Amino acid sequence: MRPALVEAFKKLNPAVLYRNPVMFTVELGTAIMLFMTIYALLSGDSSQGSFGYNLLVFIVLFLTVLFANFAEAIAEARGKAQAESLRKTREDTPAKLVRNGQQEIVSSSVLKKGDVFICEAGDTIPMDGEIIEGLATIDESAITGESAPVIREAGGDKSSVTGGTKVLSDRIKVEVTTQPGESFLDKMIALVEGASRQKTPNEIALTVLLAGFTLIFIMVCVTLKPFGDYAGTPITVAAFVALFVCLIPTTIGGLLSAIGVAGMDRALRANVITKSGKAVETAGDIDVLLLDKTGTITIGNRKATRFYPAPGVDQNDFVEACVLSSLADDTPEGKSILELAGEQVVRKASITGAQLIKFTAETRTSGVVLSDQTDIRKGAQDAILRLVQKAGNTFPTETSQAVKDISNNGGTPLVVAKNGQVQGVIELQDIIKPGIRERFERLRRMGVKTVMVTGDNPLTAKYIAEKAGVDDFIAEAKPEDKLAYIRREQADGRLVAMMGDGTNDAPALAQADVGVAMNSGTQAAKEAGNMVDLDNDPTKLIEVIEIGKQLLITRGTLTTFSIANDVAKYFAIVPALFMASLPALQSLNIMGLNSPESAILSAVIFNAIIIPMLIPLALRGVAYRPIGAEALLRRNLLVYGVGGVVLPFIGIKLIDLLVAIWF
Amino acid sequence: MNTNLLGVLVTLALSVGLAIPLGRYLAKVYQGERVWTDFLNPLERLIYRLGGVNPGEEMGWQRFIRALLTINMLWFIFAFLLLFLQGVLPLNPDGNSSMTADLAFNTAISFVVNCNLQHYSGESGLTYLTQTGVIMFLQFVSAATGMAALAGVYKAMQEKQSNTIGNFYLYFIQSITRVLLPLSIVLAIVLVAAGTPMTFDGKINLTTLQGVQQSISQGPAAAMIAIKQLGTNGGGFLGVNSAHPLENPSFLSNILQTVSILLIPMAMVFALGYYLRRQRLAWVIFGVMSIGFLSFVVGTIRAETAGNPAITAMGIDQRLGSMEGKEIRLGAEASALWGIATTATSNGSVNAMHDSMTPFSGFLQMLDMMINALYGGVGVGLLNYYIFIIIAVFISGLMVGRTPELLGKKVEIREMKIATLITLLHPFLILVGTALSSYLVVNHPDMAWAVKPGNWLNNPGNHGFSEMLYEYTSASANNGSGFEGLGDNNFFWNFSSGIVLLLGRFLPIIGPVAIAGLLAQKQYIPESSGTLRVDTPTFGLMTFAVIFILAALSFIPALALGPLAEYFSMY
Repeated sequence: MRPALVEAFKKLNPAVLYRNPVMFTVELGTAIMLFMTIYALLSGDSSQGSFGYNLLVFIVLFLTVLFANFAEAIAEARGKAQAESLRKTREDTPAKLVRNGQQEIVSSSVLKKGDVFICEAGDTIPMDGEIIEGLATIDESAITGESAPVIREAGGDKSSVTGGTKVLSDRIKVEVTTQPGESFLDKMIALVEGASRQKTPNEIALTVLLAGFTLIFIMVCVTLKPFGDYAGTPITVAAFVALFVCLIPTTIGGLLSAIGVAGMDRALRANVITKSGKAVETAGDIDVLLLDKTGTITIGNRKATRFYPAPGVDQNDFVEACVLSSLADDTPEGKSILELAGEQVVRKASITGAQLIKFTAETRTSGVVLSDQTDIRKGAQDAILRLVQKAGNTFPTETSQAVKDISNNGGTPLVVAKNGQVQGVIELQDIIKPGIRERFERLRRMGVKTVMVTGDNPLTAKYIAEKAGVDDFIAEAKPEDKLAYIRREQADGRLVAMMGDGTNDAPALAQADVGVAMNSGTQAAKEAGNMVDLDNDPTKLIEVIEIGKQLLITRGTLTTFSIANDVAKYFAIVPALFMASLPALQSLNIMGLNSPESAILSAVIFNAIIIPMLIPLALRGVAYRPIGAEALLRRNLLVYGVGGVVLPFIGIKLIDLLVAIWF
Repeated sequence: MNTNLLGVLVTLALSVGLAIPLGRYLAKVYQGERVWTDFLNPLERLIYRLGGVNPGEEMGWQRFIRALLTINMLWFIFAFLLLFLQGVLPLNPDGNSSMTADLAFNTAISFVVNCNLQHYSGESGLTYLTQTGVIMFLQFVSAATGMAALAGVYKAMQEKQSNTIGNFYLYFIQSITRVLLPLSIVLAIVLVAAGTPMTFDGKINLTTLQGVQQSISQGPAAAMIAIKQLGTNGGGFLGVNSAHPLENPSFLSNILQTVSILLIPMAMVFALGYYLRRQRLAWVIFGVMSIGFLSFVVGTIRAETAGNPAITAMGIDQRLGSMEGKEIRLGAEASALWGIATTATSNGSVNAMHDSMTPFSGFLQMLDMMINALYGGVGVGLLNYYIFIIIAVFISGLMVGRTPELLGKKVEIREMKIATLITLLHPFLILVGTALSSYLVVNHPDMAWAVKPGNWLNNPGNHGFSEMLYEYTSASANNGSGFEGLGDNNFFWNFSSGIVLLLGRFLPIIGPVAIAGLLAQKQYIPESSGTLRVDTPTFGLMTFAVIFILAALSFIPALALGPLAEYFSMY
């Protein structure tokens, strides 16, 4: 709180404040009132109102500027505190730098891009980087809050490590990938610092509109001087300045910056690091959302649910073959096959002396060649079919039928062959995450189309898509397919968001309007996207979209509120301006305010205190409800438009009752 | 129900009833579809050939605007020269003299910009050559300019991405040949039947029933009155405009003229719906305009029929309403409707003295022109409304949590800059102009001008202030009517209102065309349930609020010192 107050005073500097045209003009008005107050004190001339009255107007205006600055400062302070706590974890950790083959200990702050350091069990990783050698288990809880350790290894999509996380076992060699001060976190911190924050296009457009309103009211107030002279009504400087400050949209002008900072802050709280403010706003505009099936729509991976032996193959023999082919397979699918087979079978099986055959894109099968040269393979139907045909055998029709049935039920068939002969088929099933259907329903009401991306065949994909309630799917997806899909949607004018982690996702992440890379993903993916999710949570995109929408809604509603407030202020100030010379205009004083001075003071006081009262709302953001644009507009118009007209009538009247004691 | 009120209802029903089919026809014309007036094709081809124009050539918005401005500038020079030299040119049976340079400047601008502010009186200030060759000619082309600009915006509002918004000359010529000319011919013939003169003879000298010698001005009036109303021009053939028994002979002719004032501005709204195949949008816009318009009509009729308390106090019967400055053959209701219909549509014609209307009517008339988009002038009214839509779309777009978009096109910084600038312009011109004249009246009443500032105003106090405010409002809104009672034929008013007219005309045309052109270049974003729809009553309400808050917020202090102060001191 206190640093924010200090900041609020620092921001009074006109060289800083000019960035906000609305508040800058209020500051000018405050300066004029300061001059008038001194003038009233020294000259004793009371034609401009008493010294006390001028002083009071000055103080209230000063507070108006201060409140606005305070709003921005407090939003910044919150964001910075959040970012600092993340940054602290990585500051000044000793790094084992490798230089000319020699290992020396330096401070992490001197590491530069391209430097190579070593981390062993127990070390804290000093800087973001990519593993170039070795494999390690890493505790990332400092960043993600997730306590289960993860495995990171050189090569492939799991090679990047984050500064501040801790190596639990093994030893890795890491190359630094970012310059000091340019890490994602540094960029994020810049986004929550008002001074260096780049305004987003929407924010600039709104600032243009608000500056326009300010100009209109400058004209209204300046021309009122000759009008008043014509009507023989002397108008005091205090009244001019008060009218002006009340009419210009100070509420939104004062809170605009805080709203923007708070939006970034909310993203950071959701553990999402954004590279620009624009990305968060763009998220609010997203029309199409690409989601990977695995991990997002379904829980982890497929699980084996049933064995279908081929005709003439004994059930037990088939299960044994399945187990043998999967013993060395540490993919989740492989493990689930062992699980399904049961412990007794697994314990009996032995693959000592066997040769493992890893899955390759070429053969698209994996398996094992036992010491007795028995070749057991498993893979998709077409891959096994090729294998079987090469061996001169035929594919049993019963098994083909089983394959088809499994696919129709949304399962994935995995055919097993022994020495080129089909043994049977394993059914793998996806398990859809609980609650995901409701989330997609919510997205649909927001107007976002969801697209599931999966490597499954179209039949399986369709089944899962229907079950999960997504609007569309891309089956048998290759990375190029994602890119092509995004391009197609964009060509129709839609904005697309996606989440990815692998290097082969990078082109699509870059092409998408909002690309969220998982923190566990490769450096390439993180560079390509415009956000990084520290939690590696694939459903995070939904939250990001809501944060974006909330940001825009908060700006829109407070603008409406601010402008709607002017109606009541007019009814307070206009009669007050002319009450002396045109008593007839007293009929406009529908609030029955006590005197011209009390009316003007009440209006400026209301104008000032509404800013701190709305700070919590600006920081929290106006809640987004996925009820459709039409209903949302109706609701917000009612609350902030009609509310904005009515509230100041009540507020100003109440303040006047109090002020009337003195004026 | 009394005949007067019935007349009002008939007028309004007839206007809407005719505007809908006319709107459909207009949309077809601008889309180049087949219409029954296609027999005019050879004539139009001839015009294009003579003008060296290729009507099939598509223009980007910048070229479109350049074409519009260039041709308008040529008309201005042409009009200025003719007015300045009319005394020595033919077709001048009454021997009227040439205009002074400042008056010719003001008059030429005034008619080029479709405003028709008249600081002269037609009987003695113009010749038949300038009445037809300058005034009537400009009444056609200035109306067609506004319609053509709007046609470009229609085209730009289509879904597909495009760098061009059509051909200005094509829209322009078609507006004249297909719409203004046929309608004017029909209306002029009806007006002749109703008793309006159409002749090149000079004044008639006769002895009245009372035995007094009188010379009565006449001329080719019917033709001009038709386009004066249809093109929302308003510049009368004779000084007192449609209050004159020869310009507007009867209650019936008054109904016809009122309908023709409202007809094309209303039809342009319906045309938008047919053109874009978004009739709901057209009805929402029409609804918003009509709610504003009708509440103004009701307010004015009530104020005028209630009579003037100051006159009641003199013991004069006011059962017919406040009849000072009104024609007995037209009545208070029809005059009230006319006052609102003309100020709404930037048609400067009058059938009663606005200066004499009750302060509340004066307030509504000024507010009507300050909004300038309740139907509005032909073409330009909807262009003004378009700016309000942009601002409403921007604020409500944010309120639903998306980057604001209008019909699938994103409204971004550049568009907002233009829209804000145009929004600023109207208050700027009105307030600064009035402030300047107020300043002169108060501080330099004895300036050595033909009419000293001290003698400008016929009335002191608030009413005098209203006279000045009305003049600039009328000029900036390109309306053209005067509150009168203002000594306005002198250098200061001719020159300052001339400048206001120019800026108040062309910037509000350039702005919307530029915005629409920029939006047309953007990619179309298909609608989803998260998209803000602009064809709903909620959005209509939002636009209504934007219009009234912008107009009310900028002008309330000025209005408070003028008509409102007068109103509250009278009642």
